[in-house]
Amino acid sequence: MRTWIRPTALVLIVAVVLYPLFWMVGTAFKSPEEIVSNIGLLPEHFTPSNFTSGWSKFDVGFGRFFLNSAMVAGLTVVGNVVSCLLAAYALGRLRFRLRGMWFAVMIGTLLLPGHVLIIPQYILFRSLGWVGGEWPYLPLLVPHFLATEAFFVFLMVQFMRGIPRELDEAATIDGASPYRIFQHVILPLSRPALVTTAIFSFIWTWNDFFRQLVYLSDLKDYTVPVALTLFIDSTSETAVGPMFAMSLLSLIPVFLFFVAFQRMLVEGINTSGLKG
Amino acid sequence: MSPAPPREPAVVRRAPGRPRRRENLPGYLFLSPWLLGLAAITAIPMLLSLYLSFTDYDVLTPFTEANWVGWDNYQRMFTADPSFWHSVRVTVTFALIAVPLKLAAALGVALLLNRVFRGVGIFRGLFYLPSLLGGSVAVAIVWVSMFNRGGAVNSLLAVFGIEGAPWVSDPKYALQTLMLLAIWQFGAPMVIFLAGLKQVPVELYEAASVDGAGKWRQFKHITLPMLSPVIFFNLVLETIHGFQGFTSAFVLSNGTGGPVDSTLMYTLNLYINGFVQLDMGYASAMAWVFLVAIGLITVVLFRTGRFWVHYSDSEGG
Repeated sequence: MRTWIRPTALVLIVAVVLYPLFWMVGTAFKSPEEIVSNIGLLPEHFTPSNFTSGWSKFDVGFGRFFLNSAMVAGLTVVGNVVSCLLAAYALGRLRFRLRGMWFAVMIGTLLLPGHVLIIPQYILFRSLGWVGGEWPYLPLLVPHFLATEAFFVFLMVQFMRGIPRELDEAATIDGASPYRIFQHVILPLSRPALVTTAIFSFIWTWNDFFRQLVYLSDLKDYTVPVALTLFIDSTSETAVGPMFAMSLLSLIPVFLFFVAFQRMLVEGINTSGLKG
Repeated sequence: MSPAPPREPAVVRRAPGRPRRRENLPGYLFLSPWLLGLAAITAIPMLLSLYLSFTDYDVLTPFTEANWVGWDNYQRMFTADPSFWHSVRVTVTFALIAVPLKLAAALGVALLLNRVFRGVGIFRGLFYLPSLLGGSVAVAIVWVSMFNRGGAVNSLLAVFGIEGAPWVSDPKYALQTLMLLAIWQFGAPMVIFLAGLKQVPVELYEAASVDGAGKWRQFKHITLPMLSPVIFFNLVLETIHGFQGFTSAFVLSNGTGGPVDSTLMYTLNLYINGFVQLDMGYASAMAWVFLVAIGLITVVLFRTGRFWVHYSDSEGG
């Protein structure tokens, strides 16, 4: 291949791939008139009015929605990291009866499509009185404290298998129990896998929609994705700008994670085949 | 490290004569949150929904009072509910077209990036970005607006003198705009392809070019076979993923599956039956049919994989 073809092709593809994102940023700063008249990427007059009007468009402000989303995502991260770490230590490092079987079951749940479970889980949580209660986030959070995200268990098991066995054996000879080995050997050495899990947990939960749509019914409890769908209901032209402004804001946390941890994310999917 | 299909834990070699220590108590202690989750969040709900799929449960009454209706839900699904078959058709069409195109885009760009040059990491990151953002409601909203009647796509086409179409509101094109959104997120499989390409020994290409094989023959006879396990891995993941598309279809149609049911993905239909019509018994039956279907598709993929997936002996698969 001639030397210029490859870079030209790559630049062209990047331009096409990034176009929608640039277009979103530009449109978010355009006035309603310009959104209709100016088809260029950049607005002629930058205006922040879409952000102010979008922020307080509904009876509950977007500040609340962002707080709700941050709380759900933050607690999910804690739940996933802690519970998946415990399960992975057992499955990856300890020897106990039926370990092989449990490992196979875990792999089986890895392939289980999550949407299949949403109806029965809803029924279960409803019968427990968790749906539509004072604090409607229990159904969103509790599963993550019980290591149900098999992807992360798998990721950590794979990682822990790479930690040399000699470390455990040496510690055992020194009289350390499996609990102490966990605390002083495995936990500190597993940090990269924990960080990867935390970042992916955050991004997936931040973007998640189906579950939050199903469980959150009161406006003040809405998370950002559920609140964004309110814009779709109002199809008037004037809503486009605020809708873009709030959509743009909602992507910023994920974008910041991408900028800060790009290498790690790319390597994370390499080791485990995790989906972005 | 190349992505390998899940394997059983490697047997740990132990020194001869040293008795194997059992760690039953700590093992189960550490495993207990996961076991509880497996039982309470996965297994029991699944069995519950299997039972409810034979009832007329509607959420409003306690499920202990639901009436047993036998195979009625399944019978209705297969013989009396056109929307079921319609959503199956929409979903299969979506997966059959979007998944191969997404993988082709991923492989194509991976081949372009499989060189050492300055800025390769930046390109890789930029191509990966849509995979991180693309599943969100926000991007779906932008995508739909972009393809709307007065949106950016039609404006761009107009610059070239091409008359666009109302892509989103025309049932002929609505699903295709969603396919494009899925293909746009080719970055995740691309990164996995890149890792696979790095594993192909350079000597194979050197030997082939000494023998006079051109680029195309090298691609066909070296790259594709050597990459087939990774292609297979991506194919399985993306197919399962493709069948579960929900968010973009929900945003495009405002939760209805429209225009004229053209974006009624299976999961969206499931949502409408369960959470809008509150026909939870029927929706449970739909969920079980979905589960069995995904399982069958996975089995079929693995069976056909035997004929074209090449595991080289030196790597041990």
